[in-house]
Amino acid sequence: MVRMTMRMFAAAVAVSALSLALGGLDAAWAKDKVKIAWVGPLTGAISQHGIGGRNSAELAVKLMNADPKTKYEYELVVLDDECKPNVGVQVVTKIASDRSIVAAIPHYCSATAIATVDIFHRFKLPMVVWAAVLPEITYANKYPEIHRVSGILIGQNRVGAQFMKERGYKKFVAFADSTDYGKSMLKYFTQFTLENGNQILGTFAVAPDQQDLSAELTKIKELNPEVIYFGGLTPLGARLRTQMAKFGINAQLEGNSGIMGDAFIAAIGPELAEGTVTFFDSPPISKMPGGKMFSDAYKAAGYNDPPEAYGPFSFAATTLVMQTIEKTGPDRAKITAGLANVKDVPSIVGPINFDDHGQNITPLTTRYVVQDGKWVVWEDSEYASGKRKLKNIP
Amino acid sequence: MGMIGQHLLNGMMQGTIYGLVAMGFTIFFGVMNVIKFSHGDVLTVGAFAGLVAIWIATSLGLPISIQFIAAFVAAMLVSALVGAGIAHFLIMPLRNSPPLNMLLMTMMVGTVLREVIRLFFPNGTNPQRFPELLPVGGFNIGSTFLRYDALILIVAGIVSIAVVYWIINRTRFGLAMRAVAEDVETARTMGINFASIIPLTFALGSITAGFGGTIYGLYYSEINYSMGLLLAVIGFTAAIVGGLGNIWGAIIGGYLFAGLQTMVVAAVPSMSDYKDVFAFVLIIVLITWRPTGLLAERGSERV
Repeated sequence: MVRMTMRMFAAAVAVSALSLALGGLDAAWAKDKVKIAWVGPLTGAISQHGIGGRNSAELAVKLMNADPKTKYEYELVVLDDECKPNVGVQVVTKIASDRSIVAAIPHYCSATAIATVDIFHRFKLPMVVWAAVLPEITYANKYPEIHRVSGILIGQNRVGAQFMKERGYKKFVAFADSTDYGKSMLKYFTQFTLENGNQILGTFAVAPDQQDLSAELTKIKELNPEVIYFGGLTPLGARLRTQMAKFGINAQLEGNSGIMGDAFIAAIGPELAEGTVTFFDSPPISKMPGGKMFSDAYKAAGYNDPPEAYGPFSFAATTLVMQTIEKTGPDRAKITAGLANVKDVPSIVGPINFDDHGQNITPLTTRYVVQDGKWVVWEDSEYASGKRKLKNIP
Repeated sequence: MGMIGQHLLNGMMQGTIYGLVAMGFTIFFGVMNVIKFSHGDVLTVGAFAGLVAIWIATSLGLPISIQFIAAFVAAMLVSALVGAGIAHFLIMPLRNSPPLNMLLMTMMVGTVLREVIRLFFPNGTNPQRFPELLPVGGFNIGSTFLRYDALILIVAGIVSIAVVYWIINRTRFGLAMRAVAEDVETARTMGINFASIIPLTFALGSITAGFGGTIYGLYYSEINYSMGLLLAVIGFTAAIVGGLGNIWGAIIGGYLFAGLQTMVVAAVPSMSDYKDVFAFVLIIVLITWRPTGLLAERGSERV
């Protein structure tokens, strides 16, 4: 038995020595491999957004690796956070403690992102958030590792409140999920709506997975608002719209970035989605600086699922991380230092400018309305031209 | 409070689903002294079976009425089989083990069922859209908006409760069930086939779960792999509050719980996120006040 073990040990040593030698040879010929991690919801109710974001990040890596002038070959490590804070903490701890991963592009869901920022900071892993919009992610602390290309939800709510006032709406009911994200949405919706002199008849917060909204909707029907404001993500938003119709509530639905994307319309169908307005921190892909290149490349790559609203941001964040690594080399501290100086860096979503909190301050909040099963920029819609009318305008 | 009728109707709908789940718990406990925690997941399995049946019926181009019937038949059949299977292969062999082991075992079975759906059903982690087979819309009586689908489902739920009650109290099978519940040994000496009555009892309890699951899918137009979890906790609570082992208790408990949830939102809308907390706290108070439930189990009226 002992001799057998010795022999096996010797064999193992020989094999590993050989593979080391081969690996060394290999490396001499090819570019150095650099691992970066991408995190988002790939399963669960929000997965459509996650899959679109993942495809876009993969596409960015593919395009980068195809360029012969780059110094490194990039490998994207993809992880699923299920849009759950506890799962997010697990997977981020995993990548943060893996020293071979030098940077990350994490999170669609704000509630997940706010739970993991401390981990990125503690392990000194630089990251660029691709989609979450809660202000506190970048502004609650001044962590040098934390950056974000997507906007923050304050702007959406400011533009939204102004827009609704211009249309003549006065009476609102607010409906949000009870996560940090929903609470923040409520806070800024309330602030800007009251500042505009409008009235909030009632405020409702429910768990994001609550199925039965009948008690809340009955109360809302009694309050009879002109507008129902929704601060939450696609699944709850779809449930709200469906059940509003079942209860015969004919209020105008005002959403924001949480329901932006094809998934919302697919979930409830074009008839129910018609006329829903939303405020989102980006012009449509076709109007982005690199929009056409992105759409063509995405199509050519043959993905079955659409990039969804934040796909271009995922692409831009991933590209930004790789461009920084090209300059600084694959070292966490150096990448963090490199990301501190992002000023007017061109990207497909427009120039990226990080402020002293790592927040991109140049997103362009755009107003959208659903028309015939598609999100259309307000100015281009038949609603703006007066051909169609929003609901319930007093 | 002009919407009191509306809240009442909402509460009725939820209460019917809770009552159907609670009835299963009470049947299992009444006959076997078993708390079967996988009951909610059997409901989920039933709902998914109903969904698959609708998909098949749709692809065959069958009319909506047939799809509707197919959904209920498939849900009830599959949940009955799963329920009877759990009884035959797990509960019967373990019936003399400590009650705690049995409780744990049924919880594990529930987890297995849940994970099987999550992992093996196509896109099982995502919520599944349940087709709307019932007429949409409704009509107003005063300020109360009566949804056609809600009315149909409430009536269906109440009829199914009545049918189960009739089976237990008016059929030979029900008599045998009650005999086993009363005294296993005596029932056996009277020639009752114990080994077949138990799985059949579990099949009956599980049919109500499958029925409830399909009602749930039709009403909310959405089902997901973990929907049974909270329903099981609420259904079990309802059964306890009503008096475990008493059918009427389970039904009253179901409506009571739904009533409490609805009341919170109606009275203090801003507290709607806390409605489960509030309802469970009141239930704790109730249980402290009446530990054996509102309708205590009477010796002669088990099940």
